[in-house]
Amino acid sequence: MNQDHAITGRIWKYGDNVDTDVIIPARYLNTIDPAELGRHCLEDLDPGFATAVKAGDIIVAGRNFGCGSSREHAPLAIKAAGVGAVIAASFARIFFRNAINIGLPIVESPEAAAALQAGRRVSVDLEHGLIRDLDGGGSWSVRPLPSFVLRIVRAGGLIAMIKAQNPDGDQEKGGSWK
Amino acid sequence: MAPKQPSGLTLTEKILGRACGREVRAGELIEAPVDLILANDITGPVAFREFERLGGLPVAHPDRVVLVADHFVPNKDIASAELAKSLREFAAAHGIERCYDPGNGGVEHALLPELGLVRPGQVIIGGDSHTCTYGALGAFATGVGSTDVAAAMATGKAWFKVPETIRVTVTGRLGPWVGAKDLALAVLARLGVDGANYMAIEYDGEGISALSVEGRLTLCNLGIEMGAKNAIVAPDERTLEYVADAVTRAGLSEAANRASLSDAAPTWTVLRPDADAVYTSSLTIDAASIEPMVALPHLPSNGRTVGQAIAAAGDIAVDQVVIGSCTNGRIEDLREAARVLKGRRVHPRVRCLIIPATRLVYLQAAREGLIEAFVTAGAIVSAPTCGPCLGGHMGVLASGERCVATTNRNFVGRMGHPTSEVYLAGPAVAAASAVAGRLADPREVVDR
Repeated sequence: MNQDHAITGRIWKYGDNVDTDVIIPARYLNTIDPAELGRHCLEDLDPGFATAVKAGDIIVAGRNFGCGSSREHAPLAIKAAGVGAVIAASFARIFFRNAINIGLPIVESPEAAAALQAGRRVSVDLEHGLIRDLDGGGSWSVRPLPSFVLRIVRAGGLIAMIKAQNPDGDQEKGGSWK
Repeated sequence: MAPKQPSGLTLTEKILGRACGREVRAGELIEAPVDLILANDITGPVAFREFERLGGLPVAHPDRVVLVADHFVPNKDIASAELAKSLREFAAAHGIERCYDPGNGGVEHALLPELGLVRPGQVIIGGDSHTCTYGALGAFATGVGSTDVAAAMATGKAWFKVPETIRVTVTGRLGPWVGAKDLALAVLARLGVDGANYMAIEYDGEGISALSVEGRLTLCNLGIEMGAKNAIVAPDERTLEYVADAVTRAGLSEAANRASLSDAAPTWTVLRPDADAVYTSSLTIDAASIEPMVALPHLPSNGRTVGQAIAAAGDIAVDQVVIGSCTNGRIEDLREAARVLKGRRVHPRVRCLIIPATRLVYLQAAREGLIEAFVTAGAIVSAPTCGPCLGGHMGVLASGERCVATTNRNFVGRMGHPTSEVYLAGPAVAAASAVAGRLADPREVVDR
């Protein structure tokens, strides 16, 4: 990772509606091992992806990335394959939630998604909300996440956040909700 | 003083507001207590792993958690058998009594309403995208991932952005041989696969009132295929009758229900949208204008009338037909299929698989003679499972094969080989296609 905390990698570019069935086909959902899921990432869309992707590479896609099933195996597979971040014109709702919850960096930018080209290098600076096309020269600022969602990201995911809020022996007993 | 902004609330805002104990509006981020948390044999094991990472927190309300092994069951291989086993082990370890296997359960989104667990006014999350099905009973229900399930099991609550709502008004009534699936595919063709992303879809109108609860479950089931957070129908007499019947059938006493499902809430709460509710957009569809539909590969939004599809492509030969799933595996769906298949023959080239969604649907179908009609026609009837819908097992497609399915997704490789094709349709079109050996309109097959 760079000194400025940017994620930098080479672009893998895909179109609209990249669904969770092509991200990780159901025939591989009989395991929950992230490494095994990562080996089949995007297999039905781009069979060469999982073997050729390098750590830190960045997926750039069009609208509605991650549509379809709620399988968290999809962001897990992308993360385990070594992908540093996903930039898309838009994300499907459950995929967005899952990525935030497990700590896969995702950035929504229709402009960057349209302009960025496969094979070029791009950097994503989450703290400053900036995408830079290192080979093509463009840059785009990104709308910040809502503060509640940022809290999850900063905690390192939803489980880490809850853990921090519930130190041992200090949790409320069940049934206190009104 | 400036006049107040329009003040009406949508049904989704009302349910989430009631859960939070204060008024909430679209756009707000809230944490709401949940009445029901669902996970299955695919999403459950990942949730359990995340839950264990919390380091020993108890499950806040074991009686609000429902675990259903339905995707790869009856177990398709050793690895998936281990996943299903982990559901039983987690349930035993955490005092979760509602854990269902194929022997006593079925496909989750057919099962939970049938068990009387889904009530109007509830807030429900499920580790399955088609959790939105339950909105048919006037609940707020949304699909989430496994980590959200784990968090909710520990804390009893979940975070949501209160969604904006698209109002879909269905005027008129559906014609003969046209069902809720055809209506859903028509709405989907209009809104597109992300037309309702992050939003609620609230259905109303004469066409919805006239729809059975089972039809509404089918309609709301496809909300996620438009990207919706939830789909919902305000409860009416049909809803309350359905829920009361389910509760009675399940043999749960009112007292037991109150105690087990929600300490604070009455058994159910009938909420309605305000007359001046603020909708982000509105769509009106005339039910009477809808024809038997099909969604062409590889997006559920590729809806055409069957007539249009055939006019454009000529005969579309079919290798397999699947009738079942959380979308169309209920008793009314099987009756509709039987109206076509009874006394006819499945085309010799076609494998026709019929999957009652739950044990009780299976039993009812047997009592009504539907199973015999299917098998006599040359179809085969399997145990309840999601199996073929997601290319899991019990009906995986080979390269280049084509299937007409009453399921909900037709993405690349959804039911098997990446070069196979899925055409989505309702039970009548699927059954007619099984008889014809090619995509067919039921009116063409039945009138012949």
